[in-house]
Amino acid sequence: MWIAATLVFAALWLWGGEVLPWAFEVPRAWRPPFAAWISGVLDWLTKEAHFGLFTFRDLTRFISAVIDVPYQIALGLLSGGATVFGVPVPPVGWLGVTLLVALLGFVLSGLPLAALAGGAFFFIAIFGQWTSAMLTLASILVAVPLGVGGGLLLGIAGHRWTGFGRAIVPFLDLMQTIPIFAYLVPILILFGFGPTSAMIATLIYAMPPMTRITMLALQRVPDEIVDLGRMIGCTPRQMTWRVMVPSAQEALMVGVNQVIMLSLNMVIIASMIGAGGLGFDVLSALRRLDFGAGLEAGFAIVALAIALDRLSQAAARRRPAAPVSNEGIVGRHPFLLSALTVLILATLAGLAVPAVQTYPETGRLSTGTFWSEVVEYININYFDEIEAAKNAVLLNVLIPVKRFLISLPWLGVAGLLTLAGWRLGGPRLALLAGGLTVLVASTGLWEEAMTTVYLCGIAVLIAMLIGLPIGILVAERDRLWASVRVIIDTLQTLPAFVYLMPAVMLFRVGDFTAMIAIVAFALAPAIRYTVLGLRGVDPALIEAGKAMGCTPWQIVTRIRLRLAMPEILLGLNQTIMFALSMLVITALVGTRDLGQEVYIALTKADAGRGLVAGLCVAFIAIIADRLIHAAASRSRAQLGLSDGGGHDAA
Amino acid sequence: MNTTEPKLVCRGVWKLFGPNAAETLRRLGPEADPAALVAARLVPAVRNIDLAVREGEIFVIMGLSGSGKSTLVRCLSRLIEPTAGEILFHGRNLLTASDAEMIALRRHKMGMVFQHFALLPHMTVLQNVAFPLEVQGMPRTEREERAARMVSLVGLSGREGAFPRQLSGGQQQRVGIARSLAADPELWFLDEPFSALDPLIRREMQDEFIRLQSVLKKTIVFITHDFDEAIRLADRIAIMKDGAVVQAGTPEDLVLNPATDYVREFTRAVARAKVAKAGSVMSPADGVAERPHVATRTSVAEAAPLFRAGTEAVAVTGADGRVVGQLDRATVVDLMLGG
Ligand SMILES: Nc1ncnc2c1ncn2[C@@H]1O[C@H](COP(=O)(O)OP(=O)(O)OP(=O)(O)O)[C@@H](O)[C@H]1O
Ligand SMILES: [Mg+2]
Repeated sequence: MWIAATLVFAALWLWGGEVLPWAFEVPRAWRPPFAAWISGVLDWLTKEAHFGLFTFRDLTRFISAVIDVPYQIALGLLSGGATVFGVPVPPVGWLGVTLLVALLGFVLSGLPLAALAGGAFFFIAIFGQWTSAMLTLASILVAVPLGVGGGLLLGIAGHRWTGFGRAIVPFLDLMQTIPIFAYLVPILILFGFGPTSAMIATLIYAMPPMTRITMLALQRVPDEIVDLGRMIGCTPRQMTWRVMVPSAQEALMVGVNQVIMLSLNMVIIASMIGAGGLGFDVLSALRRLDFGAGLEAGFAIVALAIALDRLSQAAARRRPAAPVSNEGIVGRHPFLLSALTVLILATLAGLAVPAVQTYPETGRLSTGTFWSEVVEYININYFDEIEAAKNAVLLNVLIPVKRFLISLPWLGVAGLLTLAGWRLGGPRLALLAGGLTVLVASTGLWEEAMTTVYLCGIAVLIAMLIGLPIGILVAERDRLWASVRVIIDTLQTLPAFVYLMPAVMLFRVGDFTAMIAIVAFALAPAIRYTVLGLRGVDPALIEAGKAMGCTPWQIVTRIRLRLAMPEILLGLNQTIMFALSMLVITALVGTRDLGQEVYIALTKADAGRGLVAGLCVAFIAIIADRLIHAAASRSRAQLGLSDGGGHDAA
Repeated sequence: MNTTEPKLVCRGVWKLFGPNAAETLRRLGPEADPAALVAARLVPAVRNIDLAVREGEIFVIMGLSGSGKSTLVRCLSRLIEPTAGEILFHGRNLLTASDAEMIALRRHKMGMVFQHFALLPHMTVLQNVAFPLEVQGMPRTEREERAARMVSLVGLSGREGAFPRQLSGGQQQRVGIARSLAADPELWFLDEPFSALDPLIRREMQDEFIRLQSVLKKTIVFITHDFDEAIRLADRIAIMKDGAVVQAGTPEDLVLNPATDYVREFTRAVARAKVAKAGSVMSPADGVAERPHVATRTSVAEAAPLFRAGTEAVAVTGADGRVVGQLDRATVVDLMLGG
C-alpha cells in the first residue's frame, strides 16, 4: 500500500506539473480570504461593536486602565516610584528587593535557595540591568496572579461541567500551539501598544496551561476524597474550595511554576515591541551589533529565569510544617513580619541614602566590553572556518532539502498524510491530517509552510541525532544523569529568546543561524525522553537478555531501544513542539517561513495575516502531534506489557 | 438476638454501570439475567439486593474483590445513585430526598471510613478530625474541643499537630475513624477500613473497633473481603457474589448451614466450634440435675473445657437461668475435631 502510494506521489511530483498545476499551488480564486475575514471582524470590533451603553473600544480601554493600576504600583515599588491615584509610591530599592527575594528563598527552602535567589538579583544589580529587569518583573508580578487565577477558575469550571470542559480542550490545544507572536497582533490592535497590552498577551498566553493542569489535577484527586467531601455534607462550593483545590495543591503549584516561566518567556518577547525591559535591551543591542551589551542583558534574563523557577518550584514542593505556636500574629506569621520590616526599613533607608535605592554607578561591573572582545576575537580568528562550515551545510543540506520540499505538490502531501493518519489511527485521524493540510494549502502560504517544515524537520533530526546517543550514554549512569538533568532542567527554564543570541553572534542571520538556535533549544526534550524511556525498561528483561548471551550492543539496540520506543516517540513529539515554538522566534534573524509571516504581520499590525500564518503553524504542530501520538500508542500496544522481552530478545 | 426495628432497609436495589441502565433494567424486569445485562454493555455491580440493618448491630458485607461491596455501600449512602430500588432510613426513602436533605442527613446522621483513609494531606490530625464540623459551620473552639476528644477516643492524644504523612497506616486509619465519629452519626459505614493494614495492626484495630463499639453502640455497616474479620466482628453477615447477596445471617448460621457451595467454601477454614453456640447445637434436656451449665450464647469451644472432668453432658441455660437443653460430649467432640 505504501509503495503504491509513494509511486503515485512520485508520478504526481514529476509529471503532474503540467497536467495538474493546481495540485502544486492552490489557485488564487480557490483561496478563502481568511485573513480579510479576521481583519474584518477585528475592524468591526474596534470601530463599530457596541454593547448599548459602551463600545467595545471603551471596554478594551477600561480593561487596560484596570490592569495598568497594579502594574504601576508594582513597577513603582520595584524601581523608580510612581504616583497612583495621586498617592506617591516610594520605591523599595535594589537592596530591599534583593533582601526580600532572599528572605522568600529562605522561607521556602532554606539558606541555599536564599543565596541563589538573592545572588541572582544582586547579579542583576551589579551589572546595571536593574531598571530593565524590574520592568520585566513588574509585568510578571501582575500577569502571573491573573493568569493563575483565570486558569484556575476556567479549570474548575471545566471540571465541574464536563460539557464545558470538553468544549474548551480543543481551544486549549490550539492556543498552546499557536506561535507566541501571533498572540500579540490582535492584542496590539485591540489594546494598543505599551506594557499593558504586553501583559494582556502574556495573560492569555499563560492561561491555557494553567487551565489544563487544573483540570488534570482535579481529575486526579482520589475518588475516596471526593466521596469523603460528599459524605460529610459539603456544599458544592465547600467541595471545590475546601476539598478539591487543597487536595490538588501540589499539582496546581506545578501549574503556577509553568505560568511563571511562560510569562517570563512571553514578557521578554513582548517587550521587544515597545514595552521595554530586558528583551528590548537584548534586541536593540543585537541590532547595534553590540554583543557585549546583548550578552549582559541576556545573562540578566537567565538570572531572573533561574531565580523565579527555583523559587516557584520550592513553593510547589513546600509542605506545611506543624503549626509552631498560636501566640498572636507575631508567632503565627514570623516571616510575613520580617518581610514587612525589610520592606519598610529598605524603603525608608532608600529615601535617606540613595545608594540603597539605586545601585551606585561606581559599584557597577561591566563585562560588556570583555564579551564584545571575545565575540570579536572568535569572529576575526575563526571567521573562515565558521563561514566554511556554515556554507557547506547550507549548500549541501539545507538548500537542497528546502528546494525539494517546496517543489512538492500539496495534493500529494495531503494524500500521504491522510494515508499515514489512516494507518496509524483510523478514519478520524486521516480526516484530521488531510483536512488540516488542505486548509494550510488553501491559505496560499504553502511555500512558507514547507519552509517551516524543512527548517523544523532538519533541526529536529539533528537534535535527535545528538540527543539519542547522549541519552543512551547517560541513561545507565545514575550520577551522570543526575548532573545532566540539572543542566537540562535549567536550560528548559530559559526563555527561548536566549538561545538565539549566541547563534546570531557567531553566524549572523539566516537559516543556518536559525537552525543552530532551534537545535540548541530542542535538544533538552530529546535527551530527557530518551533517558526516561531507557531507564523505564524493566530490568528483568535486560537480565533475561544477558542470560541469553546478548552482547552489550544487542542489549541496547534489541531490548532497551525497542522497549523505550514509545517514550522516545513522545520525546520526538516534544522536540518538534519545541522546535516549532523556537522557529517562530527565529523570524527575528530573517528566515522566510511562517514565523516570518507572523512577524511581518506584527510589525504591520495586520491581524488577519498574522493569525492565519499563526494558525498554519498550529496546524502543522497538531498534525505532527496527533500522528506521533498515534504511532506511540501503536508501538506501545505492539510491545504489549509482559511478552515484550521474549520476542524482542529472540 | 436483636429484635429492634430495622434502621436501614434496602429493597430491590440495583446498580448497573453503563449507558441507558435504567431503561434496560425496566425492559428486562427485576429477574434480569446478568448475561443479558452484559450483552447490553452494562456492568451489573449490584443486583436486586434486599437487606435490613437493625439498630445497634454490626452488619458485615463480605465478598471478594469486584463483588460489588463498595458500590452497594455507596448506594446505601447515596454517593452512587442506584439504578432501581429504594433505601429506607427510619422508613424515609433516601432516593427521593432533595440535595439539601441529603446534605443535612450526611452531616448529622452518617459517618464513613475509607479503605485508603482519605485524609486531607494539607491538614493536621486535629484539623482533619474537625473538618466535618467545620463544614457544618461550628465555631472553631467548640469543634476543636470536640475533635480533640475524638482523637483521644481513638488513642492518638499528643499527635494532634501531626500531618497525615507523618503517621503510620494504622494511626492514619485511627484518624479516619475519629473523623467519621466527630459529628456523632447514627449510622456508621466502614468500607474495608483495615484492608490496607498489616495483619498484626489489622488485628489490633479490630480489637480497638470492638472496644469502641461496646462504648458507642452505633448502627454499623462494615465492608470486608476477609471472612475471619467478618466472623470476629459481625452480628450478622451478608455474603456477596457477582453483585448479589448469596446468603445473609449470623456467623453461626453461615457456618452451620451454608446455603450454597460458595458459602461453604468460605466457611470451610473456620473452626466451627468457635462459631457454633451452645444454644443452637444443644439437644433436649434429659432432666439430670447437678451438672455444670453454660449460657446459650456460649460458643462450643468455650464450653469444651468443662468436659475435661469426664462429664457426658453440660446443661444449657437461657437468659433467665432456666435449663433449656443440654450439650452432649459427642456433639462437642464432633465439632472440635471436625474443624
Ligand atoms: N464507576 C464505575 N463504572 C463502571 N464499572 C464500575 C464502576 N465502579 C465499579 N464498577 C464495577 O462494578 C463492580 C463492583 O465494583 P466494587 O468496587 O463495588 O467492588 P468491591 O467489591 O468493592 O471490590 P474491592 O474489594 O476490589 O473494593 C466491578 O466489576 C467494577 O469493575
Ligand atoms: Mg471496594
